[in-house]
Amino acid sequence: MKKIEAVIKPFKLEEVKDALHEIGIEGMTVTEVKGFGRQKGHTEIYRGSEYTVDFLPKIKIEIVVTNAKAQDAIKAIISAAKTGKIGDGKVFVSSVEESIRIRTEERGEAAV
Amino acid sequence: MKKLFLILSFTFLAALSAINAVAEDKKPTVDDRLADIEAYINNGARQTNAPTAIATSAGPGHNAWMMTSSALVLFMTLPGLFLFYGGLVRRKNILSVIAQCFGIAGVVTILWWLCGYSMVFHSGSPFLGALDWKFLKGIDSTPNTDYAAWVSQNVFSMYQLMFAIITPALILGAIAERMKFSAIILFVIGWMFLVYFPLAHMVWGIDGFMNGVWNAGASIKAIDFAGGTVVHMSSGWSALVLCLILGPRMGFGKVPMPPHSMVLCAVGTGMLWVGWYGFNAGSAVAADGVAANAFMTTTLATAVASFVWPLLEYIIRGKPSILGFCSGAVAGLVVVTPACGFITASGAIIVGILAGAIPYLACAFLKAKLGYDDALDTFGVHAVGGTLGAFITGVLARNSANANLATNLGKIVTDSPGQPLVMEQLKAMAVTVLLAVVATAILGFALKFTIGLRPTEDVENQGLDLAEHGEEGYHGS
Repeated sequence: MKKIEAVIKPFKLEEVKDALHEIGIEGMTVTEVKGFGRQKGHTEIYRGSEYTVDFLPKIKIEIVVTNAKAQDAIKAIISAAKTGKIGDGKVFVSSVEESIRIRTEERGEAAV
Repeated sequence: MKKLFLILSFTFLAALSAINAVAEDKKPTVDDRLADIEAYINNGARQTNAPTAIATSAGPGHNAWMMTSSALVLFMTLPGLFLFYGGLVRRKNILSVIAQCFGIAGVVTILWWLCGYSMVFHSGSPFLGALDWKFLKGIDSTPNTDYAAWVSQNVFSMYQLMFAIITPALILGAIAERMKFSAIILFVIGWMFLVYFPLAHMVWGIDGFMNGVWNAGASIKAIDFAGGTVVHMSSGWSALVLCLILGPRMGFGKVPMPPHSMVLCAVGTGMLWVGWYGFNAGSAVAADGVAANAFMTTTLATAVASFVWPLLEYIIRGKPSILGFCSGAVAGLVVVTPACGFITASGAIIVGILAGAIPYLACAFLKAKLGYDDALDTFGVHAVGGTLGAFITGVLARNSANANLATNLGKIVTDSPGQPLVMEQLKAMAVTVLLAVVATAILGFALKFTIGLRPTEDVENQGLDLAEHGEEGYHGS
């Protein structure tokens, strides 16, 4: 099993969700996050006061999928979230040792 | 015996008919009654002393407008000002601004009833009124013709109370996010006695030191229609002194302190603008032609200023901001306040342009240069704007805009930009600044060295809402 964490532009969430749905991924966890990478922040001016905002709002999607589906999922996320401009975000993939569905207590790939 | 009885009866009858004759003499004629109605419609003083049917009552139209205006001016503070200011503070301090506005509304109302109204509007010395109207004793629905021929004095007293509430509340902008609630309330109580009551009496009291329009014996023949000196200069200059004594917010200049909600700020600004019609047009204390002119000039100056401020931002910084629109509108309202009842439409446009430009420069550049932490720009908008307004009123006041100027000021309002009134305005401005600065310094230091002005660092870090009021403005993230 693989966990895929993707940090994307907030307005791309719907497209990414639809793309994942199309390849049969039925659940995900979404968090509103803030952060920065190569894309710089912006300045806000309130009368005489100028503030630099470094942390930009992003969306983090977390999904856990079977090994077989991992590459398709990554491709779907990348193609849906890409604008080609700086600030499109990143995808991180890691291995997951175990997963358990609480209701039925199923384990492993049956539970994802 | 019988004879004596007859004589007495005749005498009695004669006396009775004599009394009847006298009563018939005093019966109002149709002319008397018409004169009263004409005086009511023209908002003039009653010309006849005949006991007509409207002898002591107020005029319903004038009264209706003044009750509406009173509510509008209260609406400027609750919720207009607390939203305008509240939106500009950080989210951990929004409730503290609301609490301070409500607290001031309550405590100033008590002072007003106790002796404040009497100290401002009863005759007395040129500097302070006598206490005859303490506890609002004798203030009923009969008009006080010193101030308004057709408005009930109880309505007039409540209308003026709303001004007394918003004035100290304006100071809150400079000291936002870092002053103890208890210290604020005590400061306001002292400030009302040392600054507001004397100053309002000097400017608006019938025997006031600086009441040029109505007091023929005024030493300084200045004019202030709706409170440029009394409200905006006094609060703005006091705000500067208090924020200097208080010191900057923790982390000022290092930690970002952007407004937590420009939306609330803009909503509050809209309410201030609407409420200000009660403030400015209401200051005619009648629904008459002077009020109508003030309504027009207020609209023109405010709209122009609300456009000029963001226009300058666009030229200098590249983007017109919402806070620019809001600040411009408030600055326009502030600057036109002393002038609105005395200037023409073209005068109002000049006021609007200056109001959009000069307070903008003060907020954007002067403040950064001098480095004081006037958190929400009370000094930049109200002191700079109020001072500009008091001055420009002297330049732009015209007899054509307000016939009352001719009553006592015929020689100093000569309808030219260099009229002698300008000098009188400068004197009134000097008195106002001196009184506000000295009294605020005394009060500020007295409180600083007794109960202390600031909460602990922990309280300031946590936010005044939770620490001082035990509540949060927003739950969750």
